[in-house]
Amino acid sequence: MLSYFVRRVLYTIPLLFVLAVVTFLLMHAVPGGPFSGEEKPLPPVVVERLMKYYHLDEPLWKQFTDYLWNVLHGNLGPSYMQYGRTVNEIIKDHLPVSAQLGVLALLVAIVIGIPMGIIAALRQNTFIDYMCMSFAVAGVSIPAMALGPLLIYIFGVKLHWLPVARWESWRHMILPACTLGIGHSAIIARLTRASLLQILRKDFIRTAWAKGLSGSRVILVHALRNALIPVVTVLGPMFAALVTGTLVVEQIFSIPGLGRFFVYSITDRDYPVIMGVTLLYGVIIVAMNFVVDLTYAFLDPRITYD
Amino acid sequence: MKRGSLAADAWRRLLRNKMAVAGGVFVIFLVIIAIFAPYIAPYPFDEADFRNAYQPPCRGHPLGTDSLGRDLLSRLIWGTRVSLAVGFIGAITSFVIGVLWGTIAGFCGGLIDNLMMRVVDFLYAFPTMLFVILLMVVFKVNVATTHNPVILAMSALDDKLGGMLFVMIGIGAVSWVGIARLSRGLALSLAEEEYVEAARAIGNSSLRIVTKHILPNLMGPCVVYVSLGIPGYISTEAFLSFIGLGVTPPTPSWGAMISEGYQVMLVYPHMALFPAIALGLTMLAFNFLGDGLRDALDVQM
Repeated sequence: MLSYFVRRVLYTIPLLFVLAVVTFLLMHAVPGGPFSGEEKPLPPVVVERLMKYYHLDEPLWKQFTDYLWNVLHGNLGPSYMQYGRTVNEIIKDHLPVSAQLGVLALLVAIVIGIPMGIIAALRQNTFIDYMCMSFAVAGVSIPAMALGPLLIYIFGVKLHWLPVARWESWRHMILPACTLGIGHSAIIARLTRASLLQILRKDFIRTAWAKGLSGSRVILVHALRNALIPVVTVLGPMFAALVTGTLVVEQIFSIPGLGRFFVYSITDRDYPVIMGVTLLYGVIIVAMNFVVDLTYAFLDPRITYD
Repeated sequence: MKRGSLAADAWRRLLRNKMAVAGGVFVIFLVIIAIFAPYIAPYPFDEADFRNAYQPPCRGHPLGTDSLGRDLLSRLIWGTRVSLAVGFIGAITSFVIGVLWGTIAGFCGGLIDNLMMRVVDFLYAFPTMLFVILLMVVFKVNVATTHNPVILAMSALDDKLGGMLFVMIGIGAVSWVGIARLSRGLALSLAEEEYVEAARAIGNSSLRIVTKHILPNLMGPCVVYVSLGIPGYISTEAFLSFIGLGVTPPTPSWGAMISEGYQVMLVYPHMALFPAIALGLTMLAFNFLGDGLRDALDVQM
């Protein structure tokens, strides 16, 4: 177990390193630089000084090794576009908002998805099942970009039930969390249904019924625990996708999350922000995959790592 | 189509699935709209009329107008073209790259296979959105500063297509990895089949075995896989246009229309609502059809 753990951690180092190299190269492959804006060109002397100040006049390999050295010391560098702010500060201020939105969306996804999957599986091939699965296809299909305006229109414009922008009280969080979570709830519902159907045909379930256990105990304890293994495996990457994929929802609902820095840093060529946010997202994705592998062992004692 | 043939069976299974049929009918409807857009649309998509900006749905404009007074229905109709073109051509691009890559890797084996699949592994782990966004920025900025004739020719074509070309290339460049994995796996298992062994025993060249025996047999699952990806490509285009890196204005794209509309959602909800409905319905139709196709053809993936 320990050796597996160490091996996995070691394996992520080259992955993140390659991610950093590729992002760095792609970023610098774009001609021009952060200070060669077309709309309000700066005087060449100023550009030259800025380039010198941020060490952008040095050879690429030197810039990269310097950057890595700083990152290893926990310093992600200054932002070029937001004067006086460091990437560390940007992440510290805005990641919690994105993470909060991601967690809420994941909760929405689980709370809707798992019960729906269970009900659909228990009533297989009935009207309820078809309803649940049609909802699931709809949920998977409709992107947040389309769902957001629809929910705003229904609950904000027509019914006036919920506020439609900003990030203040819990009421502000309902619509964005649903916009982001509903699509994922559909994925969970489908998976739960499919895997529960498979488990319900197993011998040990028949044994449990034969022992005279109550229905709820058979379903919730014996079947569900096993049926949830594939569901848990998607939760990790799903959480990573939710935290990193909040951009559209953040835009539509004017939420001050990290997503917009991700896009605007790229269009503004704010190199340290691009690198910082990319590496952060990379770490989140890798970490989530790792957590998934560990939960496997917890849910199914037959799985061991060596 | 012969009665009782595999294709006829699949076709019958598909027709029995009502959701898939509904999806298919809607997709055909969209294709017709996209082809005949210039004849159906009541106004040109870029005709501005500032005195009639932000009109809610009314007689002259069934779905209202946008911030420049352009007819929303006409822009939706023209936007169908962008969405479908990007969806289909993105699918074809990723299909061609993916199948070639995967088949070569699977058939060559050894070191070449190892190297090629490590590239795929890496792209798999790389955040797709980041890659697409970076690519789009590289395209757009390169075009503005380059003197390379190839890139200039591409950029001229891109202008003619309203900025769609680079979106298609960007989507094709990031979405082929899944299909490369699938086709490699299929190529590996097909290479073990007896008829391939027989073909080799009677002295066929490798190239002939690949083109005559392996490629035709891995087409089916690959076509289904790539057609399941189409809604994804359509929503990627909408996403790119939403953040301003997709098609170039005034080319109408549903994503760009939503992006413009959500900012005035509380006052003029029709501007974001109709493109959102169009995008949602299109994605639904493609997904229902794709699921139906997969079940009907009973493809193991």
